[in-house]
Amino acid sequence: MNALRRHRALERIWSSRPGWRGKLTTVNNNDIGLMFLIAATAFFVIGGILAMLIRAQLATPRSVFMGPDTYNQVFTMHGTIMMFLFAIPLFEGLTIYLLPKMLGTRDLAFPRLSAFGFWCYVFGGSLLIFALLAGIAPDSGWFLYPPLSSTLGSPGINPDFWLLGITFVEISAISAAVEIVVTVLLYRAPGMSLDKLPIFAWYMLIVAVMILTAFPPLILGSILLELERAFGMPFFQTESGGDSLLWQHLFWLFGHPEVYIIFLPAAGVVSTILPVMARTKLLGYGWIVAAAAFLGVLSFGLWVHHMYTTGIPHMGLAFFSAASTLVALPTGIQIFAWIGTIWKGRPEMHLPMLWIVAFFATFVIGGLTGVMVAMVPFDWQTHDTYFIVAHLHYVLIGGFVFPMLAALYYWLPHFTGRKRYFKLGETAFWLIVVGFHGTFLLLHWAGLLGMRRRINSIEASSGWEFVNLVASIGGFVMAIGFTLVLIDVTVNATVAVRGRRNPWGAGTLEWAIPAPSPSYNFASIPEVRSRYPLHDDSDLPLRIARGEGYLGTPPDSGLRQSLVVEVASGRPNHLVILPANSALPVVMALATGCFFVGMLIKTYWLVPLSALGVAALAVWWAWSLGSRADHGLQDVGRGLALPLACHAAEPTGWWGSLFLLLADGVLFGSLLFGYAFLWTVAPNWPPPSYLQPGLLGPASALGGALLTLGGSRVADQALRRGRRPWLGFALGFAGLAAIGAAASTVLAGTTYDAHAYDATLWVLAGYVLLHAAIAGLMLGFLALRVRAGYISARRIGEVRVARLWSDYAVAVALVGLGAVWLPGVLE
Amino acid sequence: MWWVLLSGSAAIFLLVITLLLFAFRRDASDTPAAEARHERVWIWGLGFGFSIMVLAGLTVYGVLMGERLLPRPGPDVVTVRAEGAQWVWRFSYADAPGRATEHILHIPAGRPVDVEITSTDVIHSFWVPRLAGKLDAIPGHVNVLRIEAEMPGDYAGVSAEFSGVGYTGHRFIVRAHNEADWGAFLRGEVR
Ligand code: HEM
Ligand SMILES: [Cu+2]
Repeated sequence: MNALRRHRALERIWSSRPGWRGKLTTVNNNDIGLMFLIAATAFFVIGGILAMLIRAQLATPRSVFMGPDTYNQVFTMHGTIMMFLFAIPLFEGLTIYLLPKMLGTRDLAFPRLSAFGFWCYVFGGSLLIFALLAGIAPDSGWFLYPPLSSTLGSPGINPDFWLLGITFVEISAISAAVEIVVTVLLYRAPGMSLDKLPIFAWYMLIVAVMILTAFPPLILGSILLELERAFGMPFFQTESGGDSLLWQHLFWLFGHPEVYIIFLPAAGVVSTILPVMARTKLLGYGWIVAAAAFLGVLSFGLWVHHMYTTGIPHMGLAFFSAASTLVALPTGIQIFAWIGTIWKGRPEMHLPMLWIVAFFATFVIGGLTGVMVAMVPFDWQTHDTYFIVAHLHYVLIGGFVFPMLAALYYWLPHFTGRKRYFKLGETAFWLIVVGFHGTFLLLHWAGLLGMRRRINSIEASSGWEFVNLVASIGGFVMAIGFTLVLIDVTVNATVAVRGRRNPWGAGTLEWAIPAPSPSYNFASIPEVRSRYPLHDDSDLPLRIARGEGYLGTPPDSGLRQSLVVEVASGRPNHLVILPANSALPVVMALATGCFFVGMLIKTYWLVPLSALGVAALAVWWAWSLGSRADHGLQDVGRGLALPLACHAAEPTGWWGSLFLLLADGVLFGSLLFGYAFLWTVAPNWPPPSYLQPGLLGPASALGGALLTLGGSRVADQALRRGRRPWLGFALGFAGLAAIGAAASTVLAGTTYDAHAYDATLWVLAGYVLLHAAIAGLMLGFLALRVRAGYISARRIGEVRVARLWSDYAVAVALVGLGAVWLPGVLE
Repeated sequence: MWWVLLSGSAAIFLLVITLLLFAFRRDASDTPAAEARHERVWIWGLGFGFSIMVLAGLTVYGVLMGERLLPRPGPDVVTVRAEGAQWVWRFSYADAPGRATEHILHIPAGRPVDVEITSTDVIHSFWVPRLAGKLDAIPGHVNVLRIEAEMPGDYAGVSAEFSGVGYTGHRFIVRAHNEADWGAFLRGEVR
């Protein structure tokens, strides 16, 4: 088979259907990645227009361009769109597109999940944009502090759009994170051991784990606040034992790591591009990975620096202040490692490099002002002023947008297969950089003079008018620059001449495939021996195209084949069949959307109905995987034969569940944190009376736990030995039912809106109930799968997945219900 | 404090930019032997050594400065109460029970004043830039801020936590009196 015929055959297998329908049903990382990038860019344009409105309002004193009501929506939506609908989805899109190519694999671990995430993102984002157009957008600032955002301060629907829309969008962040972790761990070219991982993959692995641990507190906070707004459960209302500070803790437990979640992908881009531009290798690969991981861990200990002015005790402040300055250490290590890389190499000044230099100059300033505001006394003066606005834009634009522009121009030839011909990019560079500093440099000064953020007009005699005029002019210059970039990219993507395949002489695998990328990425999967496979072997692209790697023969079955490797060593482990195009993701996202819209417009019958719909679709989704027969070893080329992934003891679904449960566990932990926080800090505690556990509840919880644990193990053992699992299933069901009954006694014994204590008990019990239900659903699914012949002694992966979930349900039942009953027992 | 931070930051910024510019010089040193030396200089020397030195110094400085701003108990401390609400500040006085003012907080000049800050609705923040840093007014909590006005006169104050449509105009005044006027105020003779 020659290269062209191989290309055609693979293209038939991997590409999406033609036309717009193809876009709805595609699950291919090339499509989904591009769709993410385009959507994120669209949201950036909207957010940018809002920024221009802000700058127009503040250009002159006492402007009456927008009233306070409109202005509040505009700045809130600007911040919200930029953080949730632009920054995160942009790097997700870049990663979804590039990661498989850098890792030398054909697609991501869960193609349908990335499609589902994309649709959740677009639908959730559309809800917010609708609110903006209808003039009912969130207006209490991007961190939505209650009581201002609760029914007390905002009786209208505005904050609901935020709480529900952003939580909807968050689904896509979580699913992308699970996807990225499992892909980096299991889907790589054979031979790519962890120490040969492209540096970008390391960064994204760290970022993905951070998403899984940082987003759950916010998701929990949003759920609690929405429950308060919709049903009067008083989590944040002081009179009934709630505390608005709880929201601030939950929000910043997310919000601070979020900053690094946005910065680290950019750092990954810099670490990838810089050595190529400097014609050398990255200095201190291991140190950089360690620094990034340290940064990730440390960033979870800093959230309180956003709350210096809330009356935290001084010792606490000293601790968090020290931790906040410490975070500059790993950042410093990375920066010096990058400069050292340029130092030892022969740097060339192409446009991507220009953007990286702009990144250095800007980000370092942002980092230094960051260290300043980490000083408590300094922050007491500058908190909530334009000094902070300036600081955060230096970090976000300097530390994220500039590296992303470097990425854009670096990978543009890879995306388009063309050589940049019209050089608008250089002009745009200067407009943006000069415009940016023109906008924000002097705003530091306005902040020091006392200009508060979020004010809708400036006074004529305040002394800030000139600074603000300059800032507005700078803002418009920057906007022109961004417009030029858009034009530049559009023009160069459509009409420029075709270019060489690897114009920068890079060494990573994404440059070993044709540009623009074919849908299958690699015609055959290469064996990797170093961090820069293309530098080892400049003929690699040819070999790949000729099918000399693994899986070089497109199967007649028309199935999408890829390889799964062992985590640490990168030894090939299994041949995996990935799912093909499907409308399931978009339909499931629609059903999920009905759930959120039902909550939003208070049409509560729609909520359980769509939850059922989602569950049914999930069953359908999972049903289509797997195999009904045992298979022998499969030839994967290069003389290697591998078992199919359905024979894996720990299938990719198990890994995915593991990391999803990590996020779930963090959510549960945050809930316990909230419970303890209210207990110790909130005024109006203890509650008037405690729930008395009695005997029945705890007994049924304990018995249920034992039955569930035992049942799932009995079933597992039976299936491994080829025997009937029904006894185990029956025990498991009985156990889960008993757990559910125990949780229901809690619901029956409390009034959900009486006191924050009761409300918290409701959520804890509800959480236990939900997980018992999920585990029950999985058990039922498993039983049907056994009946239908999908499970055998050699195909027990699904059993392991179900067991993971039922073990988790047991664990949260014991811990959660224990926490519920403890006060009553102690009394 | 500001000038220390500014000059320190400017120095670090210049250092980084200078290194960056020098890195662009034309002679490369990309040999395996040089690699170890680069790691020593860049990662250990600058990355670890330099960063830790700067950060440690700064943290100690910051904590000490913060310590100085802490309210200390003393015999002549005056206690007042500030209640934020959408969009007004109400003040009351421990030394004159029953006395309440809106928009204007009266204090004696030259004496330390503890302001007990709280809110009756959403979160606000009490900020008189010339007297002290800001401290939040949070429903259900009372935060205490120590201020002291050296000279009699009016000091502008603002709320510094976004609170909805009236936020921009949510201001107040701190009026510091000399000894005699403060006495008169407490007796109810000054409004
Ligand atoms: C395109 C150029 C941009 C301009 C001219 C701009 C301008 C501004 C201004 C003037 C504010 C202050 C609004 C106020 O306090 O009333 C603001 C707030 C903010 N901006 Fe930007 N911005 C830009 C881009 C970005 C980007 C790229 C991001 C994030 C990736 C971002 C994130 C934020 C956030 C989080 C806030 C805080 C919103 C809030 O206070 O609730 N901005 N922006
Ligand atoms: Cu932070």
